[in-house]
Amino acid sequence: MHMICLVKQVPDPETPSASFRVDSAANKVVPATGVAPVISPFDEQAVEVALRIKDKHGGTVTAVSMGPASARDAIKHALAMGCDDGILIDGPAFEYTDSYSTAYTLAAAIKKIGDADIILCGRQAADWDGGQVGIIVSEMLGIPALINGQSTDIIGDKKIKFERVLPDGLDVYESATPAVVTFSQEVGQPRYPTLRNIMAAARKEVPVWGPAELGFDPNEAAKSRAKTKLERLFVPVFEAKVEIIEGENPAESGRLLAMKLREAKII
Amino acid sequence: MADEKGVMIVGELVRGTPAPICYELLGAGRKLADSLGEQLSILIMADNISSDTTSDLIASGADRVYAVAHPVLGKYHPDSFAAVAEKVAKDKKPNILLMGRTEVGQDLAPMLSYRLDAGLLMDCLDLKIDPASKMMIMERPVYGGNARSVLHCETKPQMASVKPKTQEPLPKDTSRKGEVETISVDLSPSINRTQFVEHISWVSEGVQLESAELIISGGRGIGSTEAYKATIDVAAKVIGGAAGASKAACDAGYAPPGNQVGLTGKRVSPTLYVAVAISGASQHLAGMGTSKNIVAINRDPDANMFKVARYGVVADYKQVMPAFIEKLKELLAE
Ligand SMILES: Cc1cc2nc3c(=O)[nH]c(=O)nc-3n(C[C@H](O)[C@H](O)[C@H](O)COP(=O)(O)OP(=O)(O)OC[C@H]3O[C@@H](n4cnc5c(N)ncnc54)[C@H](O)[C@@H]3O)c2cc1C
Ligand SMILES: Cc1cc2nc3c(=O)[nH]c(=O)nc-3n(C[C@H](O)[C@H](O)[C@H](O)COP(=O)(O)OP(=O)(O)OC[C@H]3O[C@@H](n4cnc5c(N)ncnc54)[C@H](O)[C@@H]3O)c2cc1C
Repeated sequence: MHMICLVKQVPDPETPSASFRVDSAANKVVPATGVAPVISPFDEQAVEVALRIKDKHGGTVTAVSMGPASARDAIKHALAMGCDDGILIDGPAFEYTDSYSTAYTLAAAIKKIGDADIILCGRQAADWDGGQVGIIVSEMLGIPALINGQSTDIIGDKKIKFERVLPDGLDVYESATPAVVTFSQEVGQPRYPTLRNIMAAARKEVPVWGPAELGFDPNEAAKSRAKTKLERLFVPVFEAKVEIIEGENPAESGRLLAMKLREAKII
Repeated sequence: MADEKGVMIVGELVRGTPAPICYELLGAGRKLADSLGEQLSILIMADNISSDTTSDLIASGADRVYAVAHPVLGKYHPDSFAAVAEKVAKDKKPNILLMGRTEVGQDLAPMLSYRLDAGLLMDCLDLKIDPASKMMIMERPVYGGNARSVLHCETKPQMASVKPKTQEPLPKDTSRKGEVETISVDLSPSINRTQFVEHISWVSEGVQLESAELIISGGRGIGSTEAYKATIDVAAKVIGGAAGASKAACDAGYAPPGNQVGLTGKRVSPTLYVAVAISGASQHLAGMGTSKNIVAINRDPDANMFKVARYGVVADYKQVMPAFIEKLKELLAE
């Protein structure tokens, strides 16, 4: 059983909106000072699912990330949680891509690693929120994708069970492997790295693959494969127009609020 | 790339009738088609398609309905639906292809984009045609709603999935004329590579969150499951609305997972949304920011929720809510 987790590093999504900045000339997000980037939360949950399978059935887990040198930290985090190996895909050729081009690169990496039974992703990356990469990877590999999962388990030779989260409950599916599976918050709390794993992760070599390792034309940037183009990035402004309701005490405010909603015919 | 024409929608039916997203997409698609001077069509796939349904879609803005009925299409499956939509799109060659960023669009749209070799942007809020280039310009939220991006596709069809509840449907006009084209397909159940086993329903009592006009939502600050029940559930019941929650409140187990509102929870747009002890993270606003009247109850005067709210109370909710609920009961009994 070999599992591959696709993990992306993102600016910490819990950064308060007030400190979120965009450089509109460069169409880029300005990282908040002193806030370190993190592994995208749903990708961390995908790692958790892989490790639950490994705990139960054995096997190995490889974490793969495409990103700048700092993305090594996202891989190290996955290793500290219990993944066995990590691969970083980095280089100027991979900058400014879109979901398609990202999937193209990751699918090439998965093919090079070979023999993956399950490929685990987040339902969407917490920065660009595309929710496309895992599904396009599955199409490129010619295998099914099961999305927005709460859990998955192995139920036979080359066979998995998958629970998809829907607004009103779960749809349970069975699928042959290899398959791509994507996960959401319903997975639950990812495990904390143990001290032993943190130390092992620190020592672990994380190879860096560039265009040459993936068999790409060195003169062809991933950007040239993109099918969409960013024109503008900006922070939307909301006009604050709140009416604060202040009674003599909080209970009075509550009563005034109810009356206000009634007067305005909202209820 | 020159012969692609028209705006095509991939529609969705619920128990035989068009899902709300169909009308929203027809509203948005009509504007695009008119500014290009092209036709608007909608593809529907099901086991059975009635003439009421096709007439309704024409009255709602479609010039043409492509109807594909086959037993295998009785329940949505990405494999069978993608195969049919791919065939129709390759045959009709639309300039623009739209669908909803719904449970269906979430996997169908990326699959189709790959099979049609087309660029796709998900969860768009706004679509328009650039007067100079005649290309579709798409606006979508990124960074959990903290920023907006404006993009275009460099290939055709230009594909977008649209965020539900963001587009205005057209008023129905039964005198509108349109054509229905029935397309037959050959499908075997074995086209579906994954097998549906069962649906497990989450028990939810009272009013459905997505369709509720009045919502009371609780956040992490609620503090416990008991307090959520006593405050949020009760207030929702009193006003005949639904109870919602932030992700933090669901993760902590205060509220059931099906109550989550936000980027990765339910998208709602009610007349009234009361946010109790919810800070107003961008990912939460992504699911309720378009509500008509937002009320924030929070003890932190700087909470982000006050920035989008129409009314606010700055206090401990434990002191505000009992009196608020009592007064509501009184007013509604009048
Ligand atoms: C300057 C700049 C310009 C950009 N221009 C464009 C543009 O023109 N068009 C456009 O569409 N986007 C653009 N982007 C967005 C960016 O390239 C996105 O990251 C890309 O589209 C991938 O989609 P996503 O992050 O939304 O991933 P999703 O589809 O949301 O990711 C789903 C899952 O796939 C996996 N995954 C995704 N990315 C990676 C990764 N790098 N490594 C490992 N696993 C991964 C993870 O498991 C993740 O949870 C731009 C970004 C920047 C910074
Ligand atoms: C990829 C991604 C997707 C996400 N999707 C969602 C989503 O769909 N929905 C969602 O909600 N979040 C989502 N989040 C999480 C989001 O970023 C926030 O963490 C979350 O919304 C915070 O919930 P909260 O406001 O309840 O908690 P907090 O931010 O902790 O806020 C609690 C608030 O309660 C107030 N408070 C505390 N006690 C009291 C009291 N006694 N009386 C009055 N006020 C009190 C505090 O002042 C504070 O403002 C997502 C995050 C990521 C990274």
